[in-house]
Amino acid sequence: MSKLYTFLKYFFITFWTVFVVAPFLWAVSTSFKDFQSVNSKVTYIPWLDFEPTLEGWRVLIKSPAKGGVDIVEPYFNSIFVTCTASLISIVLGTLAAYALSRFTFKAGFVRNNDITFFFISQRIMPPIVLSIPFFIFLSTIGLLDSLLGLVVVYIVLLMPIAVWIMVDFFNRVPKELDETALIDGCNPYQAFYKVVLPNSIPGLIVAGMFCIIFGWIDFFFAFILTFTEVQLLPVKVVALNSSITPWWSLSASALISVAPLIIVAFIVERYLSKGNLSGALK
Amino acid sequence: MNLIGDKISYKPDEQFHLNDVSFNFKKGNLYTLLGRTLSGKTTLLKTIAGLLNPDQGSISFEEKDFIKIPVWERNVAMVYQQFINYPHLNVYENITFPLEQRKLSPEQVKKDVDEALKTVGLVGFENRKIQELSGGQQQRVALARSLAKKAKILLLDEPLVNLDYKLREQLREEFKRIFSEGLSQDTILIYSTTDPQEVMELNGEVIVLDEGKVLQKGPAKEIFENPSNLKVAEISNDPPMNVLKGSKNSKNLNFENISLEITNHFKNLEDKDYNFGIRASEIKLDENGEEFEIELAEISGSETLLHLKRGNSKIIALIEEVMNFKIHEKVKINFNVNKFYAFGEDEKLVSSPYGGING
Repeated sequence: MSKLYTFLKYFFITFWTVFVVAPFLWAVSTSFKDFQSVNSKVTYIPWLDFEPTLEGWRVLIKSPAKGGVDIVEPYFNSIFVTCTASLISIVLGTLAAYALSRFTFKAGFVRNNDITFFFISQRIMPPIVLSIPFFIFLSTIGLLDSLLGLVVVYIVLLMPIAVWIMVDFFNRVPKELDETALIDGCNPYQAFYKVVLPNSIPGLIVAGMFCIIFGWIDFFFAFILTFTEVQLLPVKVVALNSSITPWWSLSASALISVAPLIIVAFIVERYLSKGNLSGALK
Repeated sequence: MNLIGDKISYKPDEQFHLNDVSFNFKKGNLYTLLGRTLSGKTTLLKTIAGLLNPDQGSISFEEKDFIKIPVWERNVAMVYQQFINYPHLNVYENITFPLEQRKLSPEQVKKDVDEALKTVGLVGFENRKIQELSGGQQQRVALARSLAKKAKILLLDEPLVNLDYKLREQLREEFKRIFSEGLSQDTILIYSTTDPQEVMELNGEVIVLDEGKVLQKGPAKEIFENPSNLKVAEISNDPPMNVLKGSKNSKNLNFENISLEITNHFKNLEDKDYNFGIRASEIKLDENGEEFEIELAEISGSETLLHLKRGNSKIIALIEEVMNFKIHEKVKINFNVNKFYAFGEDEKLVSSPYGGING
């Protein structure tokens, strides 16, 4: 019985792993192929089955005039927008979260939890609800089809994540720690940056990584709010057409798009698997 | 030049956390706040530190209105019952933290920190991380930080409550030494605790708090000998003082069909109904005594606590040896008649064996 259970367990794990990893391996091997190896027979192992070539990758950095797709500019656009928006979201979100965790706000029936929920509710709405308001808003202030406009919109998307994670984190940092800092001669600002912040680094890293992930993978707003001037990576990659751009270049572009996420996922996983976000304290 | 609190009240919700509390703390003295959990001890300490602002009343220190001074300028030190240290700093940096905030010279900082480390017995631990220390050591670091600061007001909020028994005993002994060596004559030390034994050992001025109200103030000995009412008698004794409803007539005091011949200190007591109080330690096993039923027997260390019942009265007796009892067994006990207290029906002290009020 238990042998059968073990067998089934490993069978499903193996099956699932293959299911998840196979497309990825397929993309990796395809990206190093040329026309001949793709169109001949089924091959997977480089050097043995086919001769690997970097042609697929070269196409990505060539300008369209030379038959390439030039993914470099959208790539750096995406990095700029994601990082800037994440950074601002973390800074503002952390300050907001600290205030929500430590001070009591009262305005009519509104309490701290309601404010926290207000932030999170921005993510509960389907994005399409926000698309028209954002479009009108950006066109009114003249930031449509610009990097700055995208940064503004992404802050709206990412800050709730930062607030959500950091409120939870700060709630687990004992209030007595701040109080001790105050008693030891810090004013409230010093208490925050000399004592609370240094003990919140794990939380900041996790919040930052989540912001980067959600910023990087957004396609919808990048698609709606940009036209010709500015292009972000997801939009560019989706726009690639297999009848013009060869399969091996499509594979390469897909891989290079997910590369940052894989790096981020490894970092987050290390912090999450330590078991506690509040690892700094007891 | 004293720390004076005048009619302080704090009521953040339905209940009073502090209710009309007044005090006058003099420099160079040790004050203990005694009260059960949620009696307002921590609230009072936080109010003195400036972390809470009272709704009513005033606090002044050195003739200045203390309430107008923000926490970080008050020159107060506080040790919490949870071992609060800065987890991102090592032991040495933890202790220097408040000194650096005050921008003292490096030589002065070094001298003060070394002195504090020596007082709490943590020399050699300077570079350890806080997380690597045991609970007792962490609390020593917190104590060293508050000592090194040389604050004029030192607040200790149940500093021993989260430590294990052995360590608590040990630190309690050391506290007496630390308080006599490590503090200047300028310091006001305020120590809060739920443990009457600590209060007696520290032997300072005691303030008994309950539900935010001051029940009694006075030297430890006075609180022990003449608790002003039943509540104080309960709070200031561990196990709490036994209360027996009964009456007194010309020769005897009577409760639960037991009649005991009165001794001198009750001679002048009016004949009527009283709440009689007797400490658990004044009850002995005695073949010729009165019969009680055992409800529970707890062995703690070298003593046995017997929870006894007779009629409607439940009492606790402290037997100074380890014995095995069966539950629902009958035992015979004897009361030390000389040590009975009498509290009126309004629960106020009427007569005490140490000559309180009517003695």
